[in-house]
Amino acid sequence: MTDPYQTLGVAKDASADDIRRAYRKLAKKHHPDLNPGNKVAEDTFKAVSSANDLLSDPEKRARFDRGEIDAAGDPRPERASYRSYADAAGGRHYGGGQAGMGDIFSDLFSQSFERENRPMRGRDAAYTLSVDFTDAITGTQQRLSLPDGRTLDVRVPAGMESGQTLRLRGQGSEGANSGPAGDALITVTVLPHRFFRRDGNDIHLDLPVTLKEAVLGARVTIPTVTGSVAMTIPGRSDTGKILRLRGRGVPALGSRPAGDQLVTLTVVLPDTDDALESFLREWAPATETNPREGMTEAS
Amino acid sequence: MITLEMLPRHVRGVRVEDVTRWVALAWVQPEQGPAGWLFREIDVARVRLLVELHDDMDLAEDALPIVLSLLDQLYDARRQMLALRGALEAVPAEAREAVLRALPP
Repeated sequence: MTDPYQTLGVAKDASADDIRRAYRKLAKKHHPDLNPGNKVAEDTFKAVSSANDLLSDPEKRARFDRGEIDAAGDPRPERASYRSYADAAGGRHYGGGQAGMGDIFSDLFSQSFERENRPMRGRDAAYTLSVDFTDAITGTQQRLSLPDGRTLDVRVPAGMESGQTLRLRGQGSEGANSGPAGDALITVTVLPHRFFRRDGNDIHLDLPVTLKEAVLGARVTIPTVTGSVAMTIPGRSDTGKILRLRGRGVPALGSRPAGDQLVTLTVVLPDTDDALESFLREWAPATETNPREGMTEAS
Repeated sequence: MITLEMLPRHVRGVRVEDVTRWVALAWVQPEQGPAGWLFREIDVARVRLLVELHDDMDLAEDALPIVLSLLDQLYDARRQMLALRGALEAVPAEAREAVLRALPP
């Protein structure tokens, strides 16, 4: 095991300030995000960091000096480095905007050197926007703060789905040589809802009902994406029965008809109910049935 | 994705007021959620890098935009080189070898 004092290049009696200064100097030189792809820098940084972890903690340093612990110390947890994201396609998020090969290669494919003075359209700017589930269904207006300090009021049309992109003309980067500005491309992420699910233009809802409501029927108030409505549960409704509320799904837009809300019933038994239990002990069904009939073989 | 309030649990030693300033300066560009900023993995890693540059390496905040700009250009160039390598892998071996021969030794 290497000597942490040697790794940082400080004397055994170095002060805490000396150690901090030595670490800073080495970290600036060897930080792996500043030296992407350089394995030597990465290994050196690891050694320097663990030496600093040991020597910058007075208690650990004293125990090391007394020979109670070795230089290995605690292994540092591997953490995701910035470069692993910056090298990937997603790193373009912080890029200079050169989607392709940039200026070095552009001449290679260009037939004309006049292009530099030609009016050029500005680049499209890509943004992302998260929208609440019900807002995405009914449509909404949301303000987006851009990195350059501008704000954009984005109108999200009713029925927007996750991953769809809105294009705001002329809201991207400015053009060059009086060319038109680029567009803002806004990719929408719809956040999941606590109890609604979307399937095409229909909205699904699992609705808990009591045993009494399921057997005898009831009139209940249930949520929809546009507010609460009253719904009739017919008598003798079992778990899994699906009731359809026409037109209560994704609203109609253009040629697209409105979707429905599909309500799936789930019978929920009470936690403890002595009366129900004693009733069931005494209860003789009108017809004995076995719901597991036909489940005799595991085939 | 994680919120501003959750950041200190993911980045040791981070101060929320520093991150707020860095976002205002567009050094970090989280997603705009309905209830505030949402940080992707790359944003969290960038905040961690900024904390290391600022606190561990004691770089002055004035110097950080230069460092970030150079880093962003470095990673632009690396992504372009990686894309070029991917493109070279896709062309016929003959063309690839011709390109490799044309490279300076």
